[in-house]
Amino acid sequence: MPELIAKSALDGRRLTLGGLTLVELDPGPITSVALYPGGAKLAAKGLKTLGLTFPPPNTFTEKKGARIVWTGREQAFLMGVAPPAIEGAALTDQSDGWAVLGISGAAAVDVLARLVPVDLRSSAFPAGRVARTQVNHMNAVILRTGDHELEIMVFRSMARTAWHELEGTISMVAARQAVKI
Amino acid sequence: MRIDGKGLIDRTKPVRFRFDGKDYAGYKGDTLASALLANDVRLVGRSFKYHRPRGVLTAGSEEPNALVEVIGPKNQTPNVRATVQEVFEGLETRSQNRLGSLRFDLLAVNDLLWPFLGAGFYYKTFMWPRAFWEGLYEPLIRRAAGLGSLSGRHDEGTYEKAFAFCDVLVIGSGPAGLMAALTAGRAGADVILCEESHAFGGRILSDGGTIGGMPAGEWLAQVLAELEALPNVRLMLRTTVTGAYDHGTYGALERVGLHKPARPNLSRECFWRIVAKHAVLAAGALERPVAFPDNDRPGIMLASAVRTYLNRYGVSLGKRVTLFANTDQARAVARELMAAGVTVAAIIDPRPDAFSVEDCPVHVGGEVIGTRGRLGLTGITVRKGAETFEIETDCLAMSGGWNPTLHLTCHMNGRPRWDEDLAAFVPMEGAVPGLVAVGAANGSMSTHGALVTGHAAAVQAVQALGRKAPDLPLPEAEDRPYVLKALWAVEGKGRAWLDFANDVTTKDVKLAAQEGFRSVEHMKRYTTQGMAPDQGKNSNVAALAVLADATGRGIPETGTTTFRPPYTPVSIAAMGAGGRAEGFAPQRFLTSDQASRDRGAPMIEAGLWYRPSYFPKPGETTWREACDREVRMVREAVGVADVSTLGKIDIQGKDAGRFLDFVYTNTFSTLPVGRVRYGLMLREDGHVLDDGTSARLGEDHYLMTTTTAAAGLVMRHLDFVHQAFCADWQVRFISVTESWAQFAVAGPKARALVQSFLEETVDLPFMGVAPVRVGGVKGRLFRISFSGEEGYELAVPTRYGEALFRDLVARAETMGGGPYGMEALNVLRIEKGFITHAEIHGRVTAHDIGMEKMVSAKKDCIGKAAAQRPGLWGPEREQLVGLKASAPISAGAHLFVPGMEIHRETDQGYVTSVCWSPTLGAWLALAFLKDGRNRHGEKIRLVDHLRGIDVICEVCDPVFHDPAGEKLRA
Repeated sequence: MPELIAKSALDGRRLTLGGLTLVELDPGPITSVALYPGGAKLAAKGLKTLGLTFPPPNTFTEKKGARIVWTGREQAFLMGVAPPAIEGAALTDQSDGWAVLGISGAAAVDVLARLVPVDLRSSAFPAGRVARTQVNHMNAVILRTGDHELEIMVFRSMARTAWHELEGTISMVAARQAVKI
Repeated sequence: MRIDGKGLIDRTKPVRFRFDGKDYAGYKGDTLASALLANDVRLVGRSFKYHRPRGVLTAGSEEPNALVEVIGPKNQTPNVRATVQEVFEGLETRSQNRLGSLRFDLLAVNDLLWPFLGAGFYYKTFMWPRAFWEGLYEPLIRRAAGLGSLSGRHDEGTYEKAFAFCDVLVIGSGPAGLMAALTAGRAGADVILCEESHAFGGRILSDGGTIGGMPAGEWLAQVLAELEALPNVRLMLRTTVTGAYDHGTYGALERVGLHKPARPNLSRECFWRIVAKHAVLAAGALERPVAFPDNDRPGIMLASAVRTYLNRYGVSLGKRVTLFANTDQARAVARELMAAGVTVAAIIDPRPDAFSVEDCPVHVGGEVIGTRGRLGLTGITVRKGAETFEIETDCLAMSGGWNPTLHLTCHMNGRPRWDEDLAAFVPMEGAVPGLVAVGAANGSMSTHGALVTGHAAAVQAVQALGRKAPDLPLPEAEDRPYVLKALWAVEGKGRAWLDFANDVTTKDVKLAAQEGFRSVEHMKRYTTQGMAPDQGKNSNVAALAVLADATGRGIPETGTTTFRPPYTPVSIAAMGAGGRAEGFAPQRFLTSDQASRDRGAPMIEAGLWYRPSYFPKPGETTWREACDREVRMVREAVGVADVSTLGKIDIQGKDAGRFLDFVYTNTFSTLPVGRVRYGLMLREDGHVLDDGTSARLGEDHYLMTTTTAAAGLVMRHLDFVHQAFCADWQVRFISVTESWAQFAVAGPKARALVQSFLEETVDLPFMGVAPVRVGGVKGRLFRISFSGEEGYELAVPTRYGEALFRDLVARAETMGGGPYGMEALNVLRIEKGFITHAEIHGRVTAHDIGMEKMVSAKKDCIGKAAAQRPGLWGPEREQLVGLKASAPISAGAHLFVPGMEIHRETDQGYVTSVCWSPTLGAWLALAFLKDGRNRHGEKIRLVDHLRGIDVICEVCDPVFHDPAGEKLRA
């Protein structure tokens, strides 16, 4: 039989409005790395082959396209590369479970301030920080990737709602900018 | 009337607006109140109960009288304070609470009946007949007394919610707030400065004066310019901080677009949640009225408001103004009016020792004891010692002193403290952790006092933040002592209003005391004083003083009611922004969603997921026809259903089997690799939590399946068990629900269909699992059945889900099959006696559903001990049975023994699931019946009072179809 056609949650949708860009990103493979009790040392060996270390809470690091993101207690997501052999941890493929949205622009933080209940301003949430929090009613992982760039990971099935809410909020922020209030 | 050369309005930008159908002109910077007053419109509303003609009393958000309806293209907003609403081109407004026109309100008849309508009148009057209260009296009273009206339509306007964070939140931008913001801002702290009005400056805008040797307005401009330039300071205009909550969280309402014509996507309001390490309350003070007879006529206004209209809006309320005030400070308004060319008819100062220097008649020791003018003030009566005389006047400015705006300090249950010198309540220190009240809000009534305390609070805050306080010289400012003689009420003939908004007079308060409602809380509820939209801002302290007097106690002994959030009304639309209609919850979509909709399938929501209900074919007119066809299709050929919504949890580690043994009632550690087992999970209290299958994918690797609705619940349960009881076990788990698209393929031709997709032939036994390759993709094949037919579930990574579903369905159709929806899925499982959360609804045990043998005797598990408690098993329990009937029956119906009386005590059980079975040609039900397993073959009476159903059914085993299970094992 012919090969199955792959589809992302939002077909790579893109929106630009009021100096803000929202786009569905392709994160590549995502693998959950969950350390077993006493497994940290063994796991570190495996991660070392990528030049990465297991990240402290609320942080992520990147090396040559490989990214490791803290996502919970003794759990991190290895993103962008196929996982090497890692002992001392349970590895689970999460590549298809998430939709990843990138939001960029000077007002990106103002947009998220309407949906996310944590302080995402650069002073409190600089590049390299990650938060497991909510986008309105949805669980989310939010990464600060640059001065005016953030990435939002939501459950794939909720991608349309996430887009809808971000798009609506971007429209409201843009409308505020357009009229001098 | 407008006064030339006065005011901060932009006279180059005229705007036109409407009030009660008439066009008026105002300027940018005007409020609706100031623009109406400039047009000599004094009558703007009718009072709540007596429908008395009312005019503007204040110039701020505390306004009790000037409430109007604002009519928008999509919205009708009642109870908008004209003193807050800014005018803009095309603003459409309307007066409210009237029958007929504002000038001739038919309900003004209430005012003639006032002797019968005092406090609590309806408690006494409408006692009989009792049944009339709900049907007749209450609707009538509600019609006669009230506020604005609603459109009855959904509010489809745009609203926002937002979060903000800062080191120092400054509430109010008068001298105290500006000084605090500047000090904290210069120290480098993150500052948010909130101002309720549409311009920063607080009383500076109304009172002028000098600060730091320059006109106060100039100082204000300088400070604002600096604050605007500081990147760490955020200025929030039109933002009222409405509540103080735990952990330094404050609620605030921003009026975003309410001062402009509606625009797409521009929100009307934004509800902010601001988290601040420190807060400075610089909200100023509210001037209080004096309760003298007939003190509620249009044209009688607070002295500070008269001053605001004069200096900020360039409006005089009358041609002959009178001042009735008990402080030196209030005299300024008379002097400024005279300087602006307005005649001041008289100053009446009740203090016998007051001075008299103004160039107008000053009546020291005088009191206003009456007023005239039906729709607007024309004259007043003054009593001075033994003599009384009349003064012709069209505007009376009154002041009984000031109350600090301390409301926020009471929001966490703090009670204010009575200050004898100020004759006012002042905030209790530390009443809200992290919040310090400064300036007039803390009883420092001079500009100097405001600057000093604002500065000091900011210094304290920045030092607590570990920052150095900036070297900021305090500008010089007026520091006159605030001296007053408390004057709450003036004795005289007629009613003297305390609470203008709810029509509560001094007589009502006295009546309350006389009738035994002596506690301030009782008085409040008996008279409704302080319960209107202004929440007693104008009347609380005076009402308390009158009550204290009537009960022969001092004010501190009488106590005070407390202030609760919100400080000003907050629209529900703003608090619930984005949550209307489909915004209420996230929507979860399957990869097959579009393919199902393309086939015309109506979608139903299940645990936030949208799943196809059935797939209609041409000629089918009801859902039942489609459902029956889909059931037969599965039983006779093959059906395809998207079951990706079921929860999937990947469990790994050396202790994974041990962990499953602990959470499931049955054993999983003995399950061979490549096999699947049905498992039952209990709550700690011994009742059934969830069921599902778990597959052993590898030696230390399991995949658990949960029901759709309980996926999150089970994940939480596993997390709890793991963290609370076995954190050191070598086990890790994570949800993979979203990672896999999974499709059930069921029916006699299921094997042929599935095999046609696989790159290699897989011969799977019933309850087996194997890795497979499908269309170039790694997948998993399970042989499990929820229909009773030979069944498979084929899983691929989610990105391939849509492609696989479309291909599966297309090929199934070639084989005489097709897709089936939730309705057919439900019929298939009822025919087979499989349970869902309709049965395991939280109150049933393993015993109830006939699965007590699944609770392994060889090991312990969560809920096992609790499930063995007496009362949770035995013949008195309602047990799962099947019911067969030849007439329509319903879920939710109750069961009775035929011939017995139908009432609560004879109830034998209830029905949980019902279907018409096209396979058996009968109505089937799953039900819980007392001692049901011993009653197979009995007749039972099914009664549904809601739907009027009364049918005799036969009790049987819950497995109707293929009880031996030959088909699914084929």
